Amino acid sequence: MTEPVLTFTDRGIYCPAADVFIDPWRPVDRALITHGHADHARPGMGRYLATEAAAPVMRHRLGDITLDTVRYGKTLDLGGARVSFHPAGHVPGSAQIRVEVGGEVWVVSGDYKVEPDGLCEPFEPVRCHAFISECTFGLPVFRWQPQAQVAAEINDWWAANAREGKASLLGAYSLGKAQRLLAALDPSIGPILTHGAVEATNEVLRAQGLPLPDTIRVTPDLDPKAHPGALVVAPPSALGSRWARRFGPASTAHASGWMALRGVRRRRAADRGFVLSDHADWAGLNSAIAETGAERIFVTHGYTAIFRRWLSEQGYDAAVVETAYEGDEAESGAEETE
Amino acid sequence: MKRFAALFAALDQTTKTNAKVDALATYFREAPESDRLWTIALLSGRRPKRAVTTTLLRQWAAERAGIPLWLFEESYPIVGDLAETIALVLPEPARSLEFSLTEWITRIRALAGEDEAAKRAAIFEAWDGLGGRERFVFNKLITGGFRMGVSQKLTTRALSRATGIEEPELAHRLMGDWTPDATSWEGLIHAPDPRGDLFRPYPFYLAYQLEDGPESLGDPGDWAAEWKWDGIRGQLILRGAEHFLWSRGEELITDRFPEFQRLIGVVPEGTVLDGEVLAWENGAPMAFNALQKRIGRKTVPKKLLSEAPALLYAYDLLEWQGEDLRERPYEERRARLDALAETLPNDAPLRVSPLIAFETWDTLASERARSRDLMAEGVMLKRRDAPYRDGRRKGDWWKWKVDPLTIDAVMIYAQQGHGRRANLFTDFTFAVWDAGRLVPFTKAYSGLTDREFAQITAWVRRNTVERFGPVRSVTPEHVFEIAFEGIRESPRHKSGVALRFPRMSRWRHDKPVSEANTLDDLKAMLAAYG
Repeated sequence: MTEPVLTFTDRGIYCPAADVFIDPWRPVDRALITHGHADHARPGMGRYLATEAAAPVMRHRLGDITLDTVRYGKTLDLGGARVSFHPAGHVPGSAQIRVEVGGEVWVVSGDYKVEPDGLCEPFEPVRCHAFISECTFGLPVFRWQPQAQVAAEINDWWAANAREGKASLLGAYSLGKAQRLLAALDPSIGPILTHGAVEATNEVLRAQGLPLPDTIRVTPDLDPKAHPGALVVAPPSALGSRWARRFGPASTAHASGWMALRGVRRRRAADRGFVLSDHADWAGLNSAIAETGAERIFVTHGYTAIFRRWLSEQGYDAAVVETAYEGDEAESGAEETE
Repeated sequence: MKRFAALFAALDQTTKTNAKVDALATYFREAPESDRLWTIALLSGRRPKRAVTTTLLRQWAAERAGIPLWLFEESYPIVGDLAETIALVLPEPARSLEFSLTEWITRIRALAGEDEAAKRAAIFEAWDGLGGRERFVFNKLITGGFRMGVSQKLTTRALSRATGIEEPELAHRLMGDWTPDATSWEGLIHAPDPRGDLFRPYPFYLAYQLEDGPESLGDPGDWAAEWKWDGIRGQLILRGAEHFLWSRGEELITDRFPEFQRLIGVVPEGTVLDGEVLAWENGAPMAFNALQKRIGRKTVPKKLLSEAPALLYAYDLLEWQGEDLRERPYEERRARLDALAETLPNDAPLRVSPLIAFETWDTLASERARSRDLMAEGVMLKRRDAPYRDGRRKGDWWKWKVDPLTIDAVMIYAQQGHGRRANLFTDFTFAVWDAGRLVPFTKAYSGLTDREFAQITAWVRRNTVERFGPVRSVTPEHVFEIAFEGIRESPRHKSGVALRFPRMSRWRHDKPVSEANTLDDLKAMLAAYG
């Protein structure tokens, strides 16, 4: 019996043929990274390999690392494996990683969403024999509305607050979600202010050519009154903190897939909850998996046990793999507060 | 139903009381009268009878969504609400049905007499014709359990704002067994009430927590002490051959405690008492769980009345023979209350909460240490020469609660929360050492901050040892201080003990697992306080 293309170890997903790990959670010599979120790109690896578009954010977050880059779709020969990176549609630069050994193809999804968001490289299905998929939102209760519809709801909320002279505080993860919102919203409604953590990522992404509207960084000496009707984009944990008090009686909202659940909306205690996720919804997961043509599916973070049973009933050879990925929407704990 | 669904959303998406009252008041001014009436009915728990079983609703929802029933059943506890789960799994509606709230309720009630096929057709029609939150509200109407985060107090405040009628009068009007069928908006809210304002309560005086020791209060001779009971603070009014019971939230709860009816004719008219409603057995208060069964029940079945009979443990007399005594000193009110107690028959559901005799603060402290034995939560201190004030004012009444019992325990199992906490690990099982093994003894769900819950969630994901359905065993690595209010023997638990109100009071980052407490420590607590 030949060795599997990928194995699951206590350090992460491992490819014996290439002697590399994918998104490892403990220090290893060589790491292939799907995207720059903290639970996938961790410090302490000997050498990193990621897409060209993911590199600037990784350097920004991980500092002085040894990082090689590759463009989407280009095949590299690593040891006995052929490796390539393909758009995952999750955040700018995010990739699925395709590994082929002796004609057998496995794909690691990283995090992904199937709806194009106008900012990051749209998701591309990759044919494979085995697919390692996240399933953060792997329940039939999660169903996203088109981005344009959610953006219109947020614009309406912002405009209504602006008319009342109130600031609009919007909580969104500072890498990916925040920029996706900036690109999708209507900057003619008012000025856009950003928390330092969001603006730091904006600068990195602007420098690599992503089209983002003008934003104003919130600094200690900024006078919020000088920017009436502003939209303030900040990490979710900053809402309700001392930092947010400077904006006075503002309206607050969160943008996350979890906002689909009334209970979570209520716990977050914001005025509004907009359902917008950088992960695939139920239909998206199912269509993405079907399009790979894979027979073997490994599910990682999310509602894994339930989703595995569903996939088995659909005729897949499905299994759960324990990983240390938290999903960037795993609420405030995974939230950076730089 | 758009207007009602919008009201529901407005109430649901804010935690600000004023915003809720505004939304309700606007609705009470603008909605059709029959819808207003039904809204008050729904807010006060008067919902239409369930016409379809939830078993059928689950089956039909799974069928309409094209998913197996088990998948629906797995999703439901994660969402935490049946009506919401159904609304979320169904496909987008094909058309839009426009009926008022009253019309929908009429349709739902008409289903009661139909056969299963007709019910199914009607439910599918509604699901296909309602989108988003209207579909959710429709599901709430068929499943019952309509909780909108609005207390009776808020309802009456909003109604008062919409109608200009005073709150106590409205609260009184909304009492009793009225139904939207048997009355009208005019009849319920505006028609003259022959009973006048006999029901009017006095505002409650609320005590502050004593943070420092009682020495800060000066001379012990200036103070009277009572036990602090763990019941429902209540104001009992006997006027004009009627009785009214108000809770501390100024909710009228007369109907829930019919035993006080017996005081009419026993206590003279024109009497108002302040005290604690307790479940009572063999001359002593029962544990709070007994009373809990009676809270929130509009009607009380006979069995419960005999299992958990209620009694008012009075500690203040606010009105006597129609005269307002609140400006008189506590000592004088208390003396009159004691005199009233002398006249009561033994079986009256009214007793006077005893005073605690003490000379020095030290003797009071040792009395306070006995609180648990008496089912009390600590002691109350009241200034002897103080009037009965209103609201929470510092100075004359203090509560001096006993500290909770605590034990340091090791987290061994974790389970994901549901509803509000669907994506976090919030339900934990804790263990203590016994001969080198960890023995589980309690679960706890609360006490951590949101940030701590998020931290422990990330940790649980990385440190899962084994899964048993939704439960994960985790590496025994974290010690938590568990605080609780009482301990009793329990043959049903492996450890042999059961705790009252266990919660995580502190995450002991400083303590290694080896230093957690032992089963012997728990047994010593059981011997001392059980």
